[in-house]
This record gives sequence, structure tokens and C-alpha cells, in this order.
Amino acid sequence: MKKILSISLAAVMCLALFAGCTAKETKASPAADASTAPTAATLSGTVSTNGSTSMEKVVAALSEAFMAKNPDVVVTYDATGSGAGITAATEGTADIGLSSRDLKTEETGLDTTIVAIDGIAIVLNKANTVTDLTIEQIASIAKGEVTNWKDVGGADAPIVFVGREAGSGTRDGFESIVKVKDACKYEQELTSTGAVVAAVAANENAIGYASLSGVGDTVSAIKVGGVACTEATVLDGTYKVQRNFNMITKQGTELSAAAKAFIEFATSDEAGAIIKKAGAIQK
Amino acid sequence: MKARNITERIMSVIFIFCGMISIVAVVGISAYMIISGLPAIKEIGLTKFLFGQVWKSTASEPLFGILPFILSSIFATFGAILIGVPIGLLMSVFLSKIASPKLASAVRPAVELLAGIPSVVYGLVGMIVLVPLIMDVFGVKSGSTLFAAIIVLAIMILPSIVSVSENALNSVPKKYEEASLALGATQIETIFKVSIPAAKSGITAGIVLGIGRAIGEAMAVMMVAGNVANMPKLFGSVRLLTTAIASEMSYAGGLQKQALFSIGLVLFVFIMIINVILNTLLKGGHKDAN
Repeated sequence: MKKILSISLAAVMCLALFAGCTAKETKASPAADASTAPTAATLSGTVSTNGSTSMEKVVAALSEAFMAKNPDVVVTYDATGSGAGITAATEGTADIGLSSRDLKTEETGLDTTIVAIDGIAIVLNKANTVTDLTIEQIASIAKGEVTNWKDVGGADAPIVFVGREAGSGTRDGFESIVKVKDACKYEQELTSTGAVVAAVAANENAIGYASLSGVGDTVSAIKVGGVACTEATVLDGTYKVQRNFNMITKQGTELSAAAKAFIEFATSDEAGAIIKKAGAIQK
Repeated sequence: MKARNITERIMSVIFIFCGMISIVAVVGISAYMIISGLPAIKEIGLTKFLFGQVWKSTASEPLFGILPFILSSIFATFGAILIGVPIGLLMSVFLSKIASPKLASAVRPAVELLAGIPSVVYGLVGMIVLVPLIMDVFGVKSGSTLFAAIIVLAIMILPSIVSVSENALNSVPKKYEEASLALGATQIETIFKVSIPAAKSGITAGIVLGIGRAIGEAMAVMMVAGNVANMPKLFGSVRLLTTAIASEMSYAGGLQKQALFSIGLVLFVFIMIINVILNTLLKGGHKDAN
């Protein structure tokens, strides 16, 4: 488990390096923020987090930065799934439950802190004339019910649906938002956002999904239900293929100082750039 | 005198230790694969696991059938052999019998270099060049297919086939060929009726080595085959045993992860079988020479 975590941390770091090359940084770099932030009293202890596998990158990046700032604190993360994360927070087996879905009405006695929003762009090849699809159209494409672009307003050509491998957070997010869980007929299953974008860029008839931050300009992110996929539309909620990354805590239980500080850190301005590099947008 | 003895002793212990490392590694890996591969097979059921046609590892009711992976692996390897062996064999005949020493010494390093190219580079070239090419030439909607994997693997196994076959052809006694030529056979007749049959066991060993390389390749295949767990179709997206492990391992948990280990075990058994065949062939080859 630890190995996998450290490998993924390393991967996140590597991605972060590349992200830094292209992304236009509007926020100040974390280092600059850190120097201006008030130096907190030395925190120590363990912050246990448990839940959503989709949040792995975000949580790994956040906890790495947090642990770098507070060397005596250890942030642990168990990738179990959103449901298990909410249960863990309810039962107190973890300090913070991680959930990539919002709480259901029957899940009471819990506090939700939205740390990030995950916008999933629907990407097409640049040569494709289709610019707008509804969620229903996307669902029928994913399920293999619509197999020709002419049925959704494009040219007479077969649709090539490209997605991510089983277990990927982006795949889980896409499939649950578009409501096509376990029903997708993929033409290619690739293991990274970059590979999906490259595959779509290489095939005129391809459609795929990718985290908004990973889209770049080799493919076009289409409108969904008439709304373009941008940071702004994801933030104001008009772009529908999105979900919240939540930190769940139990009401009425005093969090440890370290856990409190971790949540504060995750929602601070300083964390914005880190979350962005990990592929999501800070709320 | 004594000091020399001590050095001898110490060195022999070091030699034994180094010799043991490989054995320990093999035994350790075998034991680990069996221990970690068996639980999922037990839980899923051997027939359901090996002959199930649907792999849906993260569905709410997960299915773990690896028949598509096994068949895809076999088809891809077989296809690569079908294309790679004739080319590799003729290439080794060319190097051993036909090319002038000067030309052979230029071609041989090129073939050896082919063996040294990292598989990810094969994958990259396949993905950027071969996949779009297949899409255009065959008019299929996506070029990431079993066919692309076959072509890439066929090129990747060439060096194993060529170098082993060439050695075998070179060690065919000159007198056989001279006798054939003296009896009036042409050079081509001599090659196909005398040299190749005489080098048979070495050539077969080269082919088996190629099979081993093809079935164990993951990276290059992952980049060109599309990775969907379909039953194999020549122009369809496929997932092989190796790529099934590689593509899902990073996020896997629970039974899914255990099942990936079980796939590893199946692959391990395949490779073991191939190695046993290879060893028997190589031993048989020595008998022929004697």
C-alpha cells in the first residue's frame, strides 16, 4: 500500500512538473505563499483519511505539501471508495472521510467541506464538426447505441469511443455522472488522461473524456447541453459533467489539531495551485 | 600458503553466494506468484476464471473471466510468429550463407540493435506511425487493434529468431553443404534441403525464444492494442494477459488486485511451459551435434 502511494505520489510530482510547464499560473506559487503564511505552532500526529479512489491524486498532492510544511504530521490515505469513506467518517475510524459524491439525505450528522471540483471534459478530434452534445447523447454513444456521427449531427463516420481503464477516477466520474456505469462499450481503454487526449487527437472519429486540466489544445472540448467546459462554468455549476471532491467530518466530534489544519490547508489559497496540478479546480 | 588457501575459500564462498542469488530469486518469485495468485482463483473458481468470457473488474457485480486475455495473448503471439518466423529465418540464411562477410557485418549489428531498442520505443512508433496507417490502409474505425500488436511483436521477436538461427546455421558442418553442391544441387536447394534441416533444432529454439518474448511483452502492446477486454478479433481492440495486469494494477484493490496476481500466475505458467520446451529442444540439439 505504502509503495503504491509513494509511486503515485512520485507520479503526481512528475505530472505536476509538466503541468507547470504549460499551465498559466494565476495564483502565486506555493513557495511564495508559504513564506507569507503565519508560521503555525508545530503540529504533530496522524491525520487519517479514507475514501474515494478518484480523489487519490488531489489528496496525495495535498498531503505531500502539507507534510512538507509540517514534518511531524503524517497524513494517511486509504483508497476504499466514497461510500466506505463516508462510513469511516461516521464511525470515527478515519479523521476525514473522502467522497467524490455529495452526501445523500439519509447520511446525516456529517459536515461536508468541498475541497475541489472535478470537471470532466468531453473531447473530440479537431476535425470533428460536432460542437455540442447532450448528456443523453453522450450516454447513448458510451453505451454503443449510437455508433455513427451522423446520428448526433456530424459526418457519416463511425464513432470511436475512447476511455480510461477500470478503476480510474475519471472513468468512475464520467460513468456515474452520465449514468452509464458498467454499460460502456469502449474501443480503447487507456491508462492516462494524456493517452486519451493523444488517441482522440490521432483519430478523426474519436470521442473521449479527460479531466479539464489535462485537455490542452490538440483536441476540442465540446459543449455539453450548450455549455462550454471551462473553469468558470464548472465553478458556477452550469457545466454538468462535474462532481465535488468532498472532505467529510463527523459533527460534534472535535477534530485533532492536525486534522483541522489539514482541512484548512486544503481549502486555503495556497492549495489552489496544488489542486489544479492534481487535475481538479478549487472551489 | 595458508593465506592463499583462505583467499581461495573466501572466493569460493562468494562464488557460491552469487550463484545462489539467481536460484533464490527464481524460487522466491515462483513462491510469491503461487501464494498471491491462488486466493483469487479459489474465490472466483478455476473454470470461471480461466474460461469466463467477460472481464468487468470494477462493476458492482464484478466478473473475472480471463479467456479473452488468454486467447488474445495466444493469437497475438501466433500471429507474430506467423509473420516474424519466415522473415527471421530468411534473414538468418542471408546473414549466414548468402551475404558477403562485409555486408553481413553491416546487417548483423542492425539486427542486434533491434534487440536493444526499449519496448516502449516500439510502442511509441507503433502508436504514432502504425496505428494511423492501419486505420487508413484497412479502413477500420480505430487502428488500435490486435493486428497492430501482431506487427509490433513480429518486429520485436526478429532479433531472437535471427541470432539463434544464424548460430545454428553457422554450425552446420561445411562438408554437408559441400557434398550437396558436389552432387549438383544449386545453392538454394542446398540451403533449403541441407542447411536448414541440419540446423532445425537451433532454429526451433530461436522460434520458441521468440514466442517467449512475444507472450511476455506488455508495454509495446499496451500502446497499440486498445486494451479493451474483448474476445480477440484481428481488427478489434484486445487486451493481453500482460496488459491486463499492467493497465489495472495502479488503482486495483481487493479481489480485483488478487485476480491480477492470478493473471500473473497464468502468464507465469505459460512462460514456464515455454522454457521447458526450449530446454528440451536445446538438449535435443546437442544430441544431434554429437
